[in-house]
Order: sequence, then C-alpha cells, then structure tokens
Amino acid sequence: MAHPIAEDAPLRTAEPRVSFLNDPVKRGLLVQFVLLVLVVGFFAWIVTNTAENLQRANIASGFGFLDYRAGFDIAQSVVPYSQDASYGYALLVGFINTLVVAVLGVVIASFIGLLVGIGRLSSNWLVRQISTAYVETFRNIPPLLVIFFWYFGVLAVLPQPRDALSLGFGFSLSNRGMFTPRPLFEPAFWVVVAGFAVGIAMTVAFSAWARRKQMRTGQQTRVLPAALALIVGLPLVLFVLAGSPMSLEFPQQTRFNLVGGLQVKPEFIALMLALSIYTAAFIAEIVRAGILAVSHGQTEAAHSLGLRPGPTLRLIVIPQALRVIIPPLTSQYLNLTKNSSLAVAIGYPDLVSVGGTILNQTGQAVEIVIIWMAVYLGISLATSLFMNWFNRRVALVER
Amino acid sequence: MSDLQAQTDLYFVRRELAPPEPPPERTSGPVTWLRKNLFATPTDAVMTILALLFVAYALPGILEWALFKAVWDGADRTACLGDVGACWAFVKAKFPQFIYGRYPLEERWRVDIVFFLLAAGLIPMAIPAAPWKRFNLIFLMLVLPVVSFLLLTGGAFGLEEVETALWGGLLVTLVVSYIGIVVSLPLGILLALGRRSDLPAVRFFSIGFIELWRGVPLITVLFMASVMLPLFLPAGMNFNKLLRALIGVALFSSAYVAEVIRGGLQAIPKGQYEAARALGLGYWQMMRLIVLPQALKLVIPGIVNSFISLLKDTSLVYIIGLFDLLGIVRLNFSDANWATPETPATGLVFAALVFWIFCFGMSRYSQGLERRLNTGHKR
Repeated sequence: MAHPIAEDAPLRTAEPRVSFLNDPVKRGLLVQFVLLVLVVGFFAWIVTNTAENLQRANIASGFGFLDYRAGFDIAQSVVPYSQDASYGYALLVGFINTLVVAVLGVVIASFIGLLVGIGRLSSNWLVRQISTAYVETFRNIPPLLVIFFWYFGVLAVLPQPRDALSLGFGFSLSNRGMFTPRPLFEPAFWVVVAGFAVGIAMTVAFSAWARRKQMRTGQQTRVLPAALALIVGLPLVLFVLAGSPMSLEFPQQTRFNLVGGLQVKPEFIALMLALSIYTAAFIAEIVRAGILAVSHGQTEAAHSLGLRPGPTLRLIVIPQALRVIIPPLTSQYLNLTKNSSLAVAIGYPDLVSVGGTILNQTGQAVEIVIIWMAVYLGISLATSLFMNWFNRRVALVER
Repeated sequence: MSDLQAQTDLYFVRRELAPPEPPPERTSGPVTWLRKNLFATPTDAVMTILALLFVAYALPGILEWALFKAVWDGADRTACLGDVGACWAFVKAKFPQFIYGRYPLEERWRVDIVFFLLAAGLIPMAIPAAPWKRFNLIFLMLVLPVVSFLLLTGGAFGLEEVETALWGGLLVTLVVSYIGIVVSLPLGILLALGRRSDLPAVRFFSIGFIELWRGVPLITVLFMASVMLPLFLPAGMNFNKLLRALIGVALFSSAYVAEVIRGGLQAIPKGQYEAARALGLGYWQMMRLIVLPQALKLVIPGIVNSFISLLKDTSLVYIIGLFDLLGIVRLNFSDANWATPETPATGLVFAALVFWIFCFGMSRYSQGLERRLNTGHKR
C-alpha cells in the first residue's frame, strides 16, 4: 500500500543541527588551523632560541662569511684552488668533488650492477652462484664499513711509493694511491676534440636517417660500424694528421716518492670502490627484477616474429624492463650521491667534509647545514626531474 | 570384396625390426648436470672457465688469509707481525669492548639482561605460530624500551648510574637502531596518513617533512642533530650526544618508513575505504580497523627492508663521535698494543660479519614473510 505524500508536508530545508566539532568540514579546518599554529609556533620558538644562542656566542649569522679567506688546504681538487680562495669557493670545490665521485660512481655501479644482475639470471650455475654471493654479501654490510675496509684495510697497508706495485704502462699502486701517466695536451689537440664532437653529431644524424629509411622502405642499415668509424676513427685520423698533439708524462721513481704523472689519492679510490661496489649490489637486484618482470611470452612472440636474440633483447625485452627498472634505479643513484657524503669519514674533501672544516673554523653551523641541505635537495630534485622525464619517455603508452 | 582386397594390399607391414634409436640423453646424474648448468653452449663453457679461473684466483688467497695463515692467539701485536693472515687474536682480546664499549665491567650484566630481553621478545615475534602476538608487540614496542632505558642508564632502583658516553660497541648499534625502529614506525604511519589526507595543510606539512629528510644524506642530519640541536634549545636545556643522534636517526628513518607505508595505503582498493565509510566508521576507526591492518600486512617486507638500512646507517653515528660497533673497531686501530698491518682488515671483517648476520637474518625473514603472505597470488 503506497503511502501518499501529503502535498503540504513541511520540506526539511534547515540543515540538521550538528555540533561544531562533528561537522567534518569545520573540524578539518580546525585541525589544520591547530597544526598550522603548532608548526609556526615551533619554528618561531626555534628561531628565537637560535638567535639568542648565537648572540650569546657572538656569532654573526648570515652568509657574509662566504667571502672570507679560507686559509686551509684541500687535498684534491679538479679546479685550481689555493688557501687564499674564499670559503664560498672552497665549498664550490667540495661540491665539484662530490659531483665527480657521484657521476663516476653511478657509471661504475651501473656497469657492475648490470653485469651482476644479468649474472643472477644466467643459466650458468657457477656465474649465478658468484653473482648471488656478491649481492648477498655487499647488500648486508654498511657502506661506511666497506669504505673503511678499502681505506684502512687495503690501501693503507700497500707498500711505500718507492716499492710501489707496478701495474704496467706507468700505472702503479702504493699507499699514496694510484699513479698513472698524465696526458699532456698541446694546443693543436682541439682538432681531435672537435673531430670527436663532429663524429657524435654525424652519428646522431646518420642513425636518424637510417631510422627514417627503415620506416619508409623497411630496409635496415647497420649503424654500429659507421658510428664506430665516426666517433673513434675520425678523432684518431685527425690525431695522426695533427702530428700527435698529446704526450704522456710518466711518473718518475725518485728516492722516496713518485714524481710527475697523475696521482689518484687513496681516499678517492677507497670511496669510489666502496660506493660503486655497494650500490652495484642493489642495482643488480633491480636489473634482475626488471628482466624477470618482462613475461617470457614477449620473448617467445618476438622469436616467432623472426627476430634474432640480439634484436629481441634490444627491441622487446629491454624497453619493457626499463619501465620497471627506472624508478628504483633513480633512488639508488640518489642514494649513491647521498652516500658520497661518507667521504668525511676518510677525509676526501667533498661538500660535507669541506663544509665541516668551515663549520669548525667559523662556527656558522646553521648556514653550513642549510647549504648542505639545499645542495643535496637540489641534486635530488634535479635527478628525479631528469629521471621522471626519462621514465615518461620509456613508459608504456597504452591505448 | 576384391575392392577391399585391393585396399588392404596398399598397407605396408614392416617385416624386420627397425634399427634401435640411441638411448635418450640422461636427465639426471652429475655429467648431465654439468652439461646443463655449466657447459650448455660454447659461450656458457667460456663463462664457466672464466668464472672458475676467478674462483681459483680469489678463493685460496681469501682462505689463506682468513684461516690458514691467521693468528688465533696472542697477547699483543708481536703475534701478528711478519707474514701472517688475519689477526683474530686482536678481535679476541677486544671482543668485550666491541660488544659493550666502555660500559663498566661490573655493570655489564645489565647489558646482558637487555640483550636477553631483546632476543626473548624478537624470537617469538618472528615465529608465525607463536601465540600472543599482540602482547609480544606491546612488550617490544613499549615495555622493552622503558625497561632497557632504566636498566642501562641506571640511577634508580639502587642501580649505579652509567653515563651514555661510556656506552659503545654493539650496544650502541642496537640501541640506536632499535629506538629508531620503535619511534619511526608510529611516526611513519602518521606521516603516511598525513600525506594521503584530504586536509591540504596536513598533506603539505607531511610532504614537506618526508621529502626534506629523504632528500638529504643522513650525515647532514646527524651533523644537524649534533651541532644545531643545542642551538635550537633554550639555554640550560641540553641533550647528551646519544639522544641527539637518536633524534636524528628516528626522524630520518620515519620519512623512509612513511613512504613504504604510503605504498601499502595506495594498494588498498578504494572500495575498502568506501565500505568502511558506508558502515558509518569515522576516519580513525576506518584506518585502525579496516585500512591499516591490510596496508601494513602488505608492506611488512618493505618495512623490514627499511629497518635493515636503518641498522646499516647507524654506523654513521661514528662520524659525530659516538662509538658504535664500527666506531669502536676503528678506534682500536690506533691502539699501540695491537697496531699491525693486518689489524684494520681483521677488525673490519669481524664488524662486517656481525652486521652481515643481523642484516642477512632480517632480509631472509622478510623474504620468508613475503612468500607466506603471497599465497594464492603466485603466477
């Protein structure tokens, strides 16, 4: 029996009366307001305390100290540096050192990681076991310990430079690090550099042409030989034509030391080895997971389309594996960059280590820590922006 | 009839035996195993030989150093001089220091009790069949930290006070990582919820907090904790070094735990949230009863992994002047009684072994857990 609705039934126009605290919108606003007050209050409290403490310690805040004379040495620097440079410049030198370690470390770690990651999936039992042992060993040891191991356990107990272990070709290893021949460039060397650049540009153009041709006619052109000829061959030819404008300065054995040549300090070697070996263990796992994530059907489908194993890997498996690999790989690269700050423990002059020295000399703790955080946050942000861009390029484009 | 006869004539009947096929390749036995796993293709064979050469080159040297030429006993450095391998005598002599640091000799039983309580709490927690998980968790997260604090610092119940400056070795490593875990788990849950909150201010602060800590290296955080915390506090209020490091480590790791838990929250289908709402549950009831139990279960392996990195990261407290296991090993390199060329490598290998046992154990546990929780989703 239908219940007729009376035409004149009062419509409920007024909102039901709810307590202020039970209205989700208002409560949300209240919660946010309280949080805002708490956070702002907390920061205000910190800032006033800091200002008072600094005043009591007679430390002028602000970044003015960056222009003062540094007055300390930096053992290793890519760019010229002297004690008379400013604190700001010293920090820049440290930052460049950080970048050098990070970039080299990323390259070496990726290389080892790729090898070991593929080795973990190898059908060869021995290779698989060795790779697994590598990953399980280094994943579970603190990176600082690995750095110490290389620095104190291996490099520090090598012989003195005068009985350095010779590795041939002017390379030698001693407790002062590795000595290598130093390339001396003559002015005409720019021709070779230019040739290299032209070679790369022409290779890019050539591969673009080859791809267009394949799209148009279906005919494939082999790019690799041409690329090799352009990138390696062209500079080589120019090098000979310009009359070999580069010579090598070999380190000379003197009574106590090696003179000349290029010296790679043990701090750098230890840091480099430790960071790349440690990070490679993680990269190997990421590579393995990425390859496993591409289902076997993809490989079979590629084979049934007539692709040989090489192109299958290059055109089918790797592009799909990269999708899975890139996000965690990015965070590993960032980890390596951040871990390079462990340099401070063995005295490699990176950003943190140089900053620490300045902090001890000037007492500008707040400013130094802010600079550190800003730089590392900047690196993190820049890397993740780049990797996100790259990730978007390789991401699956769905219908 | 003749038609049928003609048809049958077409059939061919073999009158003698066919030549026997060669026996099938063996599918078991050592030779087959070798052929399948080591010498399947020429490339494979080359790789095997290279790998064998590598093992033959590396393994004898390692074994000789660690075992055959190692020094096991000795009173001081003279035992480990000359052409010898690892100086285990050094580790043997310094072992108590590596475990307790400079904790007073007659008070070390307190540390032992704490280690025992930790094991007593962790072992049943790790065994799936063990009962009373809830009480176990409460014991680990609340009771144990308080009891350990009272026991280790002393100064109450007639226990002698022991300054934290005297703590060291494995004790500090475990204290820092354990407190880091206990603080970062709830803080991480709150931050993860905050990051997914509908309230813009809450979300903004959570994102800011998480990304700030995740973007900087732990060393700068520790430096900040050690040089800036005293500046942040009003005059007269001060923390000791260990507490400062603890604050830094806990905040740092809570940001990482928060990101892991966020992954779990995102994996819960929207229907679960809506169903909880439809039942009339409030936000906290929904999270506590419906969402978090599912989300946390999903990310336990990830959480354990971030605890592994936390344990490894505790070694950095050495840089701000605390002597954890690695720090105390490093400190002993300069002990004139034991300074030999082999001492650093031996001490570090020992420390590596201790870290490795803890981390490997945890990672195995998390893998086992992953397998156990994944039943039914296997492809």
